[in-house]
Amino acid sequence: MKRTQNIMLILAVIILGVFPLWYVQKPAPDANGEVAEIFAGADDKAKNLVSEINPDYKPWFESIIEPASGEIASLLFALQAALGAGVIGYYLGVSVTREKMRREALRKEVR
Amino acid sequence: MHIMEGFLPVEHAIGWGIASAPFVAYGTYVVKKRIRENPEQRMLLGVAAAFTFVLSALKLPSVTGSCSHPTGTGLGALLFGPIAMAPIGLVVLLFQALLLAHGGLTTLGANIFSMAIVGPFVAYGVFRLARSLKLSFAVSVFLAASLGDLMTYVTTSVQLAWAFPDPVGGFMASFAKFAGVFAFTQIPLAISEGLLTVLIFNALARFNPQELRDMKLVRAGEVQA
Repeated sequence: MKRTQNIMLILAVIILGVFPLWYVQKPAPDANGEVAEIFAGADDKAKNLVSEINPDYKPWFESIIEPASGEIASLLFALQAALGAGVIGYYLGVSVTREKMRREALRKEVR
Repeated sequence: MHIMEGFLPVEHAIGWGIASAPFVAYGTYVVKKRIRENPEQRMLLGVAAAFTFVLSALKLPSVTGSCSHPTGTGLGALLFGPIAMAPIGLVVLLFQALLLAHGGLTTLGANIFSMAIVGPFVAYGVFRLARSLKLSFAVSVFLAASLGDLMTYVTTSVQLAWAFPDPVGGFMASFAKFAGVFAFTQIPLAISEGLLTVLIFNALARFNPQELRDMKLVRAGEVQA
Protein backbone atom coordinates (compact mmCIF):
# COMPACT_ATOMS: atom_id res chain seq x y z
CA MET A 1 0.00 0.00 0.00
CA LYS A 2 1.04 3.57 -0.62
CA ARG A 3 0.71 4.46 3.07
CA THR A 4 3.28 1.84 4.10
CA GLN A 5 5.58 2.98 1.30
CA ASN A 6 5.30 6.60 2.43
CA ILE A 7 6.10 5.72 6.05
CA MET A 8 9.12 3.69 4.90
CA LEU A 9 10.31 6.62 2.76
CA ILE A 10 10.06 9.07 5.65
CA LEU A 11 11.85 6.65 7.99
CA ALA A 12 14.65 6.13 5.47
CA VAL A 13 15.17 9.90 5.09
CA ILE A 14 15.33 10.32 8.88
CA ILE A 15 17.83 7.46 9.20
CA LEU A 16 19.98 8.94 6.42
CA GLY A 17 19.94 12.27 8.26
CA VAL A 18 20.63 10.94 11.76
CA PHE A 19 23.18 8.25 10.94
CA PRO A 20 26.04 10.70 10.15
CA LEU A 21 25.54 12.45 13.50
CA TRP A 22 26.26 9.18 15.23
CA TYR A 23 28.82 7.87 12.75
CA VAL A 24 31.16 10.87 12.45
CA GLN A 25 33.38 11.20 15.52
CA LYS A 26 34.61 14.53 16.83
CA PRO A 27 38.28 14.78 15.90
CA ALA A 28 40.82 14.88 18.73
CA PRO A 29 41.88 18.42 19.76
CA ASP A 30 45.05 19.60 18.03
CA ALA A 31 48.22 20.91 19.73
CA ASN A 32 46.53 24.19 20.71
CA GLY A 33 43.66 22.31 22.30
CA GLU A 34 41.29 23.47 19.56
CA VAL A 35 38.82 21.02 18.14
CA ALA A 36 38.23 21.16 14.42
CA GLU A 37 34.65 21.91 13.51
CA ILE A 38 32.60 19.05 12.12
CA PHE A 39 29.52 19.30 9.91
CA ALA A 40 30.64 22.57 8.39
CA GLY A 41 29.16 23.46 5.02
CA ALA A 42 30.63 21.76 1.95
CA ASP A 43 30.57 25.15 0.20
CA ASP A 44 32.97 26.52 2.84
CA LYS A 45 35.22 23.51 2.47
CA ALA A 46 35.38 24.12 -1.27
CA LYS A 47 36.31 27.74 -0.57
CA ASN A 48 39.19 26.61 1.62
CA LEU A 49 40.25 24.13 -1.04
CA VAL A 50 40.47 26.95 -3.58
CA SER A 51 42.81 28.89 -1.30
CA GLU A 52 44.83 25.71 -0.80
CA ILE A 53 45.22 24.95 -4.51
CA ASN A 54 45.81 28.56 -5.50
CA PRO A 55 46.98 30.59 -2.48
CA ASP A 56 47.30 33.71 -4.65
CA TYR A 57 43.66 33.76 -5.68
CA LYS A 58 41.81 36.78 -4.37
CA PRO A 59 38.00 36.79 -4.58
CA TRP A 60 37.21 39.80 -6.74
CA PHE A 61 33.68 40.43 -5.55
CA GLU A 62 32.05 40.46 -2.13
CA SER A 63 28.47 39.58 -1.21
CA ILE A 64 26.35 42.71 -1.16
CA ILE A 65 24.48 41.76 2.00
CA GLU A 66 25.95 39.32 4.47
CA PRO A 67 23.53 38.00 7.14
CA ALA A 68 24.53 39.83 10.32
CA SER A 69 25.07 36.59 12.27
CA GLY A 70 24.61 32.84 12.13
CA GLU A 71 21.24 33.31 13.83
CA ILE A 72 20.03 35.72 11.17
CA ALA A 73 21.21 33.33 8.48
CA SER A 74 19.26 30.46 10.02
CA LEU A 75 16.24 32.77 10.30
CA LEU A 76 16.39 33.41 6.57
CA PHE A 77 16.90 29.73 5.76
CA ALA A 78 13.96 28.81 7.98
CA LEU A 79 11.89 31.46 6.22
CA GLN A 80 12.86 30.04 2.84
CA ALA A 81 11.82 26.53 3.86
CA ALA A 82 8.62 27.77 5.52
CA LEU A 83 7.55 29.65 2.39
CA GLY A 84 8.08 26.57 0.26
CA ALA A 85 6.38 24.24 2.70
CA GLY A 86 3.42 26.62 2.94
CA VAL A 87 2.87 26.57 -0.82
CA ILE A 88 3.12 22.76 -0.98
CA GLY A 89 0.78 22.35 1.99
CA TYR A 90 -1.77 24.72 0.45
CA TYR A 91 -1.73 22.85 -2.84
CA LEU A 92 -2.16 19.45 -1.17
CA GLY A 93 -4.99 20.86 0.96
CA VAL A 94 -6.76 22.17 -2.12
CA SER A 95 -6.25 18.85 -3.90
CA VAL A 96 -7.65 16.79 -1.03
CA THR A 97 -10.77 18.94 -0.80
CA ARG A 98 -11.30 18.92 -4.56
CA GLU A 99 -11.04 15.13 -4.66
CA LYS A 100 -13.47 14.80 -1.75
CA MET A 101 -16.03 17.11 -3.37
CA ARG A 102 -15.74 15.29 -6.68
CA ARG A 103 -16.46 11.98 -5.01
CA GLU A 104 -19.46 13.42 -3.19
CA ALA A 105 -20.84 14.86 -6.40
CA LEU A 106 -20.37 11.47 -8.04
CA ARG A 107 -22.25 9.74 -5.24
CA LYS A 108 -25.16 12.17 -5.56
CA GLU A 109 -25.38 11.52 -9.28
CA VAL A 110 -25.60 7.79 -8.69
CA ARG A 111 -28.53 8.33 -6.36
CA MET B 1 26.95 23.30 -4.82
CA HIS B 2 26.89 27.04 -4.36
CA ILE B 3 30.17 28.48 -5.57
CA MET B 4 30.82 31.43 -3.28
CA GLU B 5 30.66 35.02 -4.41
CA GLY B 6 33.85 36.03 -6.21
CA PHE B 7 35.26 32.51 -6.20
CA LEU B 8 35.37 32.08 -9.96
CA PRO B 9 37.83 34.04 -12.11
CA VAL B 10 36.17 36.79 -14.15
CA GLU B 11 36.33 34.97 -17.50
CA HIS B 12 34.80 31.81 -15.99
CA ALA B 13 32.06 33.82 -14.29
CA ILE B 14 31.16 35.52 -17.58
CA GLY B 15 31.47 32.28 -19.56
CA TRP B 16 29.05 30.37 -17.35
CA GLY B 17 26.69 33.33 -17.41
CA ILE B 18 26.66 33.25 -21.21
CA ALA B 19 26.20 29.47 -21.18
CA SER B 20 23.20 29.65 -18.83
CA ALA B 21 21.42 32.67 -20.30
CA PRO B 22 19.80 30.95 -23.33
CA PHE B 23 18.44 28.15 -21.12
CA VAL B 24 16.89 30.68 -18.75
CA ALA B 25 15.44 32.70 -21.64
CA TYR B 26 14.00 29.71 -23.49
CA GLY B 27 12.82 28.17 -20.20
CA THR B 28 10.93 31.36 -19.35
CA TYR B 29 9.26 31.26 -22.77
CA VAL B 30 8.30 27.59 -22.35
CA VAL B 31 6.88 28.13 -18.86
CA LYS B 32 4.85 31.16 -19.96
CA LYS B 33 3.45 29.31 -22.95
CA ARG B 34 2.58 26.29 -20.85
CA ILE B 35 0.72 28.41 -18.27
CA ARG B 36 -1.15 30.26 -21.01
CA GLU B 37 -2.31 26.96 -22.52
CA ASN B 38 -2.99 25.22 -19.21
CA PRO B 39 -3.78 27.88 -16.60
CA GLU B 40 -4.78 25.12 -14.15
CA GLN B 41 -1.13 24.03 -14.00
CA ARG B 42 -0.07 27.35 -12.51
CA MET B 43 -0.39 26.06 -8.98
CA LEU B 44 1.54 22.90 -9.77
CA LEU B 45 4.36 25.05 -11.13
CA GLY B 46 4.32 26.87 -7.81
CA VAL B 47 4.67 23.52 -6.06
CA ALA B 48 7.69 22.61 -8.19
CA ALA B 49 9.34 25.93 -7.29
CA ALA B 50 8.37 25.55 -3.63
CA PHE B 51 9.87 22.06 -3.51
CA THR B 52 13.20 23.49 -4.68
CA PHE B 53 12.89 26.27 -2.12
CA VAL B 54 12.37 23.82 0.73
CA LEU B 55 14.97 21.24 -0.26
CA SER B 56 17.73 23.73 -1.02
CA ALA B 57 17.22 25.32 2.40
CA LEU B 58 17.77 22.03 4.21
CA LYS B 59 21.43 21.61 5.03
CA LEU B 60 21.74 18.00 6.03
CA PRO B 61 24.68 16.26 7.68
CA SER B 62 26.53 13.67 5.64
CA VAL B 63 28.85 10.78 6.49
CA THR B 64 31.87 12.79 5.36
CA GLY B 65 31.39 15.10 8.36
CA SER B 66 30.24 18.10 6.38
CA CYS B 67 26.82 19.48 5.55
CA SER B 68 25.25 20.02 2.19
CA HIS B 69 21.78 20.30 0.77
CA PRO B 70 19.59 18.62 -1.85
CA THR B 71 18.43 20.66 -4.84
CA GLY B 72 14.81 19.58 -5.35
CA THR B 73 14.98 20.18 -9.10
CA GLY B 74 13.95 16.65 -10.09
CA LEU B 75 10.25 17.17 -9.36
CA GLY B 76 9.87 20.19 -11.62
CA ALA B 77 12.01 18.62 -14.35
CA LEU B 78 9.70 15.61 -14.52
CA LEU B 79 6.49 17.64 -14.31
CA PHE B 80 7.31 20.51 -16.65
CA GLY B 81 10.36 19.33 -18.60
CA PRO B 82 13.98 20.10 -17.73
CA ILE B 83 14.13 23.49 -19.45
CA ALA B 84 11.42 24.87 -17.14
CA MET B 85 13.72 24.51 -14.15
CA ALA B 86 16.24 27.06 -15.47
CA PRO B 87 14.11 30.15 -14.63
CA ILE B 88 12.91 28.55 -11.38
CA GLY B 89 16.52 27.83 -10.39
CA LEU B 90 17.41 31.42 -11.21
CA VAL B 91 14.77 32.68 -8.75
CA VAL B 92 15.94 30.38 -5.95
CA LEU B 93 19.64 31.09 -6.49
CA LEU B 94 19.06 34.83 -6.77
CA PHE B 95 17.14 34.81 -3.48
CA GLN B 96 19.99 32.95 -1.78
CA ALA B 97 22.71 35.09 -3.36
CA LEU B 98 21.11 38.41 -2.47
CA LEU B 99 19.70 37.75 0.99
CA LEU B 100 21.69 34.85 2.38
CA ALA B 101 25.18 35.48 0.95
CA HIS B 102 24.83 31.86 -0.18
CA GLY B 103 26.28 31.55 -3.66
CA GLY B 104 26.69 34.90 -5.39
CA LEU B 105 25.92 37.20 -8.27
CA THR B 106 29.25 36.62 -10.00
CA THR B 107 28.83 32.85 -9.68
CA LEU B 108 25.12 32.87 -10.51
CA GLY B 109 25.67 31.65 -14.08
CA ALA B 110 27.81 28.72 -12.95
CA ASN B 111 25.40 27.80 -10.16
CA ILE B 112 22.39 27.95 -12.50
CA PHE B 113 24.25 25.72 -14.92
CA SER B 114 24.91 23.00 -12.34
CA MET B 115 21.68 23.14 -10.34
CA ALA B 116 19.03 24.31 -12.79
CA ILE B 117 20.33 22.95 -16.12
CA VAL B 118 22.54 19.86 -15.70
CA GLY B 119 20.57 18.44 -12.75
CA PRO B 120 17.12 18.72 -14.37
CA PHE B 121 18.31 17.41 -17.76
CA VAL B 122 19.98 14.41 -16.12
CA ALA B 123 16.85 13.78 -14.03
CA TYR B 124 14.62 13.96 -17.11
CA GLY B 125 16.91 11.72 -19.18
CA VAL B 126 17.23 9.12 -16.42
CA PHE B 127 13.45 9.11 -15.93
CA ARG B 128 12.77 8.54 -19.64
CA LEU B 129 15.41 5.81 -19.77
CA ALA B 130 14.10 4.10 -16.65
CA ARG B 131 10.54 4.19 -17.98
CA SER B 132 11.58 2.74 -21.31
CA LEU B 133 13.28 -0.06 -19.37
CA LYS B 134 9.86 -0.74 -17.80
CA LEU B 135 10.97 0.18 -14.28
CA SER B 136 8.13 1.12 -11.94
CA PHE B 137 7.09 4.75 -11.61
CA ALA B 138 8.46 5.08 -8.06
CA VAL B 139 11.84 3.55 -8.92
CA SER B 140 12.14 5.76 -12.02
CA VAL B 141 11.38 8.90 -10.01
CA PHE B 142 13.86 7.89 -7.33
CA LEU B 143 16.68 7.25 -9.82
CA ALA B 144 15.91 10.45 -11.73
CA ALA B 145 15.87 12.75 -8.69
CA SER B 146 18.91 11.26 -6.98
CA LEU B 147 21.12 11.10 -10.07
CA GLY B 148 20.09 14.62 -11.06
CA ASP B 149 21.07 15.83 -7.60
CA LEU B 150 24.40 13.99 -7.69
CA MET B 151 25.29 15.23 -11.18
CA THR B 152 24.66 18.81 -10.05
CA TYR B 153 27.44 18.41 -7.50
CA VAL B 154 29.74 16.66 -9.97
CA THR B 155 29.21 19.64 -12.28
CA THR B 156 30.17 22.06 -9.51
CA SER B 157 33.35 20.04 -8.96
CA VAL B 158 34.15 20.22 -12.69
CA GLN B 159 33.55 23.99 -12.71
CA LEU B 160 35.87 24.57 -9.76
CA ALA B 161 38.54 22.17 -11.03
CA TRP B 162 38.47 23.90 -14.41
CA ALA B 163 38.92 27.30 -12.79
CA PHE B 164 41.50 26.08 -10.27
CA PRO B 165 43.59 23.26 -11.76
CA ASP B 166 46.07 21.73 -9.37
CA PRO B 167 49.60 23.16 -9.92
CA VAL B 168 51.01 19.61 -9.98
CA GLY B 169 48.26 17.25 -11.06
CA GLY B 170 46.28 19.66 -13.23
CA PHE B 171 42.56 19.40 -13.84
CA MET B 172 42.10 15.76 -12.81
CA ALA B 173 43.88 16.09 -9.45
CA SER B 174 41.90 19.21 -8.70
CA PHE B 175 38.64 17.55 -9.79
CA ALA B 176 39.35 14.62 -7.47
CA LYS B 177 39.77 17.07 -4.57
CA PHE B 178 36.60 19.04 -5.26
CA ALA B 179 34.61 15.90 -5.95
CA GLY B 180 35.84 14.61 -2.60
CA VAL B 181 34.28 17.66 -0.97
CA PHE B 182 31.07 17.81 -2.99
CA ALA B 183 30.20 14.55 -4.70
CA PHE B 184 30.96 12.10 -1.87
CA THR B 185 29.21 14.27 0.69
CA GLN B 186 26.25 14.35 -1.63
CA ILE B 187 25.68 10.61 -2.08
CA PRO B 188 23.47 10.09 1.02
CA LEU B 189 21.76 13.43 0.39
CA ALA B 190 21.05 12.47 -3.20
CA ILE B 191 19.39 9.30 -1.91
CA SER B 192 17.33 11.43 0.50
CA GLU B 193 16.31 13.70 -2.34
CA GLY B 194 15.25 10.70 -4.41
CA LEU B 195 13.13 9.35 -1.55
CA LEU B 196 11.53 12.74 -0.83
CA THR B 197 10.70 13.21 -4.51
CA VAL B 198 8.96 9.82 -4.60
CA LEU B 199 7.07 10.91 -1.47
CA ILE B 200 5.77 14.11 -3.02
CA PHE B 201 4.89 12.30 -6.26
CA ASN B 202 2.87 9.80 -4.20
CA ALA B 203 0.94 12.69 -2.68
CA LEU B 204 0.41 14.34 -6.08
CA ALA B 205 -0.65 11.07 -7.71
CA ARG B 206 -3.08 10.29 -4.90
CA PHE B 207 -5.06 13.50 -5.34
CA ASN B 208 -4.32 14.60 -8.90
CA PRO B 209 -4.18 11.40 -10.96
CA GLN B 210 -5.80 13.13 -13.93
CA GLU B 211 -3.18 15.88 -14.07
CA LEU B 212 -0.28 13.45 -14.00
CA ARG B 213 -1.91 11.43 -16.78
CA ASP B 214 -2.41 14.60 -18.82
CA MET B 215 1.30 15.30 -18.40
CA LYS B 216 1.98 11.78 -19.71
CA LEU B 217 4.06 10.95 -16.66
CA VAL B 218 2.10 7.85 -15.74
CA ARG B 219 0.38 5.33 -17.96
CA ALA B 220 -3.34 4.78 -17.65
CA GLY B 221 -4.16 2.35 -14.89
CA GLU B 222 -0.87 2.86 -13.08
CA VAL B 223 -2.26 5.26 -10.50
CA GLN B 224 -5.32 4.28 -8.56
CA ALA B 225 -7.56 7.22 -7.73
